[in-house]
Amino acid sequence: MSGWVCAAQPSLFMIHKGEGGTQHTVQRIEIHKLQDGDNLILGFSIGGGIDQDSNQNPFSEDKTDKGIYVTRVSKGGPAEVAGLRMGDKIMQVNGWDMTMVTHDQARKKLTKKNEDVVRLLVTRRSLEDVVRQSMMQHPHTN
Amino acid sequence: MDTESIHSGYSHHSNRSRGSNKQSERSGRDRHKSHSRDSSSRSDKNVTISTSSAQPPQPDQSSAPTDAQDDNWGETTTAVTGTSDHSLSQEDLAGFGKETEGPVEKLNCVRFLPLVLTLVLGLLVLVTPLAFLVLPQLVWPERLQACGTACEGLFLSLAFKLLILLLAGWALFVRPVRASLPRIAVFRALLGLLTLLLLLSYWLFFGVRILDSQDENYQGIVQFAVSLVDALLFIHYLAVVLLEIRHLQPYFSVCVMRSTDGETRHYNLGQLSIQRAALVILEHYYKDFTVHNPALLTAAKTRAAKHLAGLKVYNVDDAGSDAATAQSRAKIAAAARQRDTSHNELYYEEAEHDRRVRKRRARLVVAVEEAFTHVRRLKEEEKKKPPGDEMDPREAAQAIFPSMARALQKYLRTTRQQHCHSMDSIQAHLAFCITNNMTPKAFLESYLNAGPTLQYGREGWQARQWTLVSEASVTSPLRHGTEFQLKSSDFCLVVTSKSIPHLKLSEEYVHPKSHKFVLQLQSETSV
Repeated sequence: MSGWVCAAQPSLFMIHKGEGGTQHTVQRIEIHKLQDGDNLILGFSIGGGIDQDSNQNPFSEDKTDKGIYVTRVSKGGPAEVAGLRMGDKIMQVNGWDMTMVTHDQARKKLTKKNEDVVRLLVTRRSLEDVVRQSMMQHPHTN
Repeated sequence: MDTESIHSGYSHHSNRSRGSNKQSERSGRDRHKSHSRDSSSRSDKNVTISTSSAQPPQPDQSSAPTDAQDDNWGETTTAVTGTSDHSLSQEDLAGFGKETEGPVEKLNCVRFLPLVLTLVLGLLVLVTPLAFLVLPQLVWPERLQACGTACEGLFLSLAFKLLILLLAGWALFVRPVRASLPRIAVFRALLGLLTLLLLLSYWLFFGVRILDSQDENYQGIVQFAVSLVDALLFIHYLAVVLLEIRHLQPYFSVCVMRSTDGETRHYNLGQLSIQRAALVILEHYYKDFTVHNPALLTAAKTRAAKHLAGLKVYNVDDAGSDAATAQSRAKIAAAARQRDTSHNELYYEEAEHDRRVRKRRARLVVAVEEAFTHVRRLKEEEKKKPPGDEMDPREAAQAIFPSMARALQKYLRTTRQQHCHSMDSIQAHLAFCITNNMTPKAFLESYLNAGPTLQYGREGWQARQWTLVSEASVTSPLRHGTEFQLKSSDFCLVVTSKSIPHLKLSEEYVHPKSHKFVLQLQSETSV
């Protein structure tokens, strides 16, 4: 099992001020894999990667960000239980960096057969931020 | 105005007395009887610009039609059927045409001068080499050295070259004249001069070196004659290049705009003199521009007249001098301030007119389609049996014409085209369409859309007399920014020329295997 990346973070939740006055919370989420037949599933879907087209990522603030994002969280699955939400950006998986990997590498890191638990470092935009951006994109809708 | 020279288009050619600047203002016209030329040379025809519609002579000659009796084709409504006081009646127009005809007969012989000169030159060209060959044989036959096969070869080549020269000269120079230009055609004059010079110098050499000294070397004399024919062939080559080929490469783009209704066309021309460019433009005008219809232009004039008609100027102060300009300025200012609703009227009038035209057009189309169903072409096997009434196209046209005549006449009246088409021309066109198995739509096409001037076979619609109005001399070449006008009696074509810019084409090589693509992915994987 890969260890934690040593980072001086006293609490599980930390609010970072991003650029432009946006706020991000950085969280550590621990997901226990669920046995579903032959596979171990985590209950969410990822999108993104350095080999993908980052312009089409609806969750990213900066469209050149080629990180791995959570695109879907299945209801009642292990990820939702652990607190993962749609739109989270996964920075680390079990200590492995996820900000500069291809989509397939990310998938592999998450679906290692010999691991039961994955510990993710995720970043989430604050709600007000998301609302503001969606209002900027669609200025005419109330 | 600075040096604007009006060169009226005589129907005589390049007056060979060059340098003399015939600036007479008369627009003399010829009554030229077209001789052996076929009458296709437009400019040879006489100009009686009867701008009034020539009368369709038979008022009601349609044979006993059962309906549509108010077929008053005999009525000529060239007069502006408006309320403006600018309307001219037909008599005025006819009188206007007549007064500009000048003395006619005396220019008749001058226009043949270039043709005569060309023929004389051609004759000289033909006779000279033969004379060079024959004269020694006549004058001193006993002293000439006999020359054998070399001379015979030279004779043959001389004969064939002369024949080729004759054919080529015929092809290039003996053609019906397109038009009469106001000034001499510079290139032709130069070529004629060159040929004359060549012939003179050869005669000079022949006279001095051969006749005087009575040279015995006959082969030398024959070679002398052959060299003359060679030189003449090269002059002919020069003529082809100068007269035909040089102006083929497009160099200028000219914009031709008609002054009355603003219709504009653009053409590409080569390097030409102004008068030759004017010729080319006129030839394009007859086939490209829609026919000039003065009846369509009156609405704007009546509106303009109504603008200032309602204002009267009273001189309150004691300003005696420059009263005219002060009055006009006052009028313009008052008219601008006046809140007039003429734009409103225009809008509703045009909407109403469009509606009316569309309604009439619908009725016309239906009437014509129905009329065409009554006529059927007789098949081969039916012709053998003695049929009831067999008709040739003209009679068939006359038979079905009355059923559509009224709708057609109403439509033409609404679109103000009725003076373009006489009943004869309509029936002739109908017979033509029936003969060629055309559909009703094809028949109607020439009435629904105004066509080019050539389409209307009436004499009055083709003005053969044009006046070239230009600031630069008309034999000077076209340049960027040249402007000139071609005046006809009713309207004016304004021509401006721009040179085609120097285009720089560069090359970009694309390797055939260099077209590679990547997919824009956005996959979503569930884990």
